[in-house]
Amino acid sequence: MGYDPENPMQDRITDIGPPHYEQFLPPVIKKNFGKWLWHEIKKPGVLVHKAESGDECWTVRVGTPRLVSIEYIRELCDIADKHSDGYMRWTTRNNVEFMMDSEDRVQPLLDDLASRGNKFPVGGTGAGVGNIVHTQGWVHCHTPATDASGVVKAVMDELFDYFTSHTMPAQVRIALACCLNMCGAVHCSDIAILGVHRKPPMIDHDNIEGLCEIPLAVASCPLGAIKPAKATTSDGREVKSVKVKEERCMFCGNCYTMCPSMPLADPEGSGIAILVGGKVSNTRSAPKFSKMVIPFLPNTPPRWPETVDAIKNILEVYAKDALKYERVGEWAERIGWEKFFEKTGIPFTDKSIDDYRLAYDTWRTTTQFKFTSHIK
Amino acid sequence: MAKHDTPMLDDLEKGPWPSFVTDIKKMAEKKPECWDILGQLELSFKDRITHWKHGGIVGVFGYGGGIVGRYSDQPEKFPGVAHFHTVRVNQPSSKYYSSKKLRDLCDLWEKYGSGMTNFHGSTGDTVFIGTTTENLEHFFYDLTHELNQDLGGSGSNLRTPACCLGKSRCEWSCIDTQALCHFLTNHYQDELHRPAFPYKFKFKFSGCPNDCVAAMARSDFSVVGTWKDNIRIDQAEVKQYIAGEYPPEGGAHSDRDWGKFDIQKEVIDLCPTNCMWMEGDELKIDDSECTRCMHCINVMPRALRPGKVQGATISCGAKAPILDGAQLSTMIVPFVEVNPDNDYEEVVDIIEKIWDFWMENGKNRERLGETMQRVGLPRFITEVMEMDPLPQHVKEPRSNPYVFWKEDEVEGGWQRDVHEFRKRLDLV
Repeated sequence: MGYDPENPMQDRITDIGPPHYEQFLPPVIKKNFGKWLWHEIKKPGVLVHKAESGDECWTVRVGTPRLVSIEYIRELCDIADKHSDGYMRWTTRNNVEFMMDSEDRVQPLLDDLASRGNKFPVGGTGAGVGNIVHTQGWVHCHTPATDASGVVKAVMDELFDYFTSHTMPAQVRIALACCLNMCGAVHCSDIAILGVHRKPPMIDHDNIEGLCEIPLAVASCPLGAIKPAKATTSDGREVKSVKVKEERCMFCGNCYTMCPSMPLADPEGSGIAILVGGKVSNTRSAPKFSKMVIPFLPNTPPRWPETVDAIKNILEVYAKDALKYERVGEWAERIGWEKFFEKTGIPFTDKSIDDYRLAYDTWRTTTQFKFTSHIK
Repeated sequence: MAKHDTPMLDDLEKGPWPSFVTDIKKMAEKKPECWDILGQLELSFKDRITHWKHGGIVGVFGYGGGIVGRYSDQPEKFPGVAHFHTVRVNQPSSKYYSSKKLRDLCDLWEKYGSGMTNFHGSTGDTVFIGTTTENLEHFFYDLTHELNQDLGGSGSNLRTPACCLGKSRCEWSCIDTQALCHFLTNHYQDELHRPAFPYKFKFKFSGCPNDCVAAMARSDFSVVGTWKDNIRIDQAEVKQYIAGEYPPEGGAHSDRDWGKFDIQKEVIDLCPTNCMWMEGDELKIDDSECTRCMHCINVMPRALRPGKVQGATISCGAKAPILDGAQLSTMIVPFVEVNPDNDYEEVVDIIEKIWDFWMENGKNRERLGETMQRVGLPRFITEVMEMDPLPQHVKEPRSNPYVFWKEDEVEGGWQRDVHEFRKRLDLV
């Protein structure tokens, strides 16, 4: 049995979609589906949900590195078999949740998790730093400007105590995308770590004819900086290629996505930008974008100290200064961005002033501002 | 035995956060190609650049998505990862699993892949990292026949839809996000597996305006649960909060002394519409002024609940910055019924209107939000959605006077005779 290469269409099954979720719901969830009354976070990483029936669902939330082996998944299965009737789920922020029908089962699970070294940190709830959502980086992607799992590990090691506690003014959502394609959609995060390039694409005239559709490469540039052009290969052939008006490049990398002969990643040119103050929820204020406050930090593996320090600084200034419930962006807007830069000590540069489309919306058109140390 | 020296990666085995390096090393004991993942990654750490080439087109027969080709640019040094494709498997709604299901998936991936995964990809799929072209059909055959599962989306198609945990364990969810997500994923299998769109298209479903799945930020079609009637208040429980019997925001602030709970300061004054007040010891809400931001409900979950007339708000066009800059979803349909009994007729109808328009008008690699900007919101609302424009569609009315009047909106039309016009002038 199994797939027969001689008969690829034999017994072929397609378009069956995902398995129905209902079969994976823990009994207490299934019984009380849609009948929940309230919840409480008993301590970081431990939640209880109360149902109309009087039933309780106790949840233990565990942070994971997202990039995990099947050995790790099997260990989670062992834990679930032992403590939560074999059921578990993942959150949108790469945490695993074990759900149980009584409080008695919580402590044995916590003890078990703690006995397994640093593999299963409990936390990621309430007014703390949640798990970082992130992309592939150098471990499995062709367009990144930085790594993902390595940076995340370095940052989470340093912010670990904030993952396992509720000491922030509100929840802090950190996300990392290793290039502007933003598979991780970091653009609405409290703190976004974004891989950026700073050198225009190189053009591999020797291979461009075989690898690229020239019109697609030309059309890929949002600023019209790529034009068709004749070029000479290293063995003297004249080929149809492209040229790039380099001073017009904003390093988005879309050309490389469309044309493998236009790589732009570089050890010195590529690195990390930090954007802050975004949010997704509609709570109090509307969802908002993260704003670029640090345009570039170098790639410094294995621990990216500049990036880690920058994030820790922003986080700690925020934690000290913001009001209860205030997200990073709400805090920055209340005190004013000029105060944000002053309090965090982050130098303000022209790179933080928008000059792309819709830029005017971000320019200040009032005489209301604060006299911070920026004004000499 | 480690195959390559990885001093930089070894440093990432230290520290309190779980180490992916330790995990990959453990996997490598069974799957030696994982040593080459570490070897190549160490080289990237040293060179500060990726060593993966542009993906080639690989897939399973009859599907245009679900597999992403991946090749090393150092195949001689790291033969184990020379061909190392990604397989996206469509996750169950809200990512609930049994250990049986997970063990089956693990066994399948041990047989046909590297053993490394992402739980989960950003879009929501269960992602399996690292296999060869010849293994793909075998993997797919066993996945569909033995595990009763299917691939997810990639490329210019409907991407794998995703949802928050909805009514399964949340008291605030106004719609059954899981059922809706599951239904639409199955309803649109052809659109998911066979790319026919201008670019990617994402569905995300959140049960309430807290939007835990970030639908408003990252999906072309964002469904967010809401309600039309009054917030349900339990005055006895309000008193308990005021008395300090319950922790605010369900205990979210437990490790810091913020002082005694102050309902005026922490709830009433933070209401964005100032629609709440105390009358004696009773909390009052003018629900006609409420914009359903969730703050008061989040802070006092035992006392306040969303109303009972529940449905969803549909917003469209969110995307990350490539190319015209990031967009949040724009509110389009204030309230729809989300009804499984008629196969979610209202939601399906809206989706198909949008797709008909976008497939006709969208340019190559243009997300819906960009097409909406290009044709303009007035046209999108009136012609595509066939709706009356509402003040809710905008934050504020336009401030420029450049209205694109249509000829039939102007008395007498646009055809005029310039000679007649001159004649009239001469008379003056």
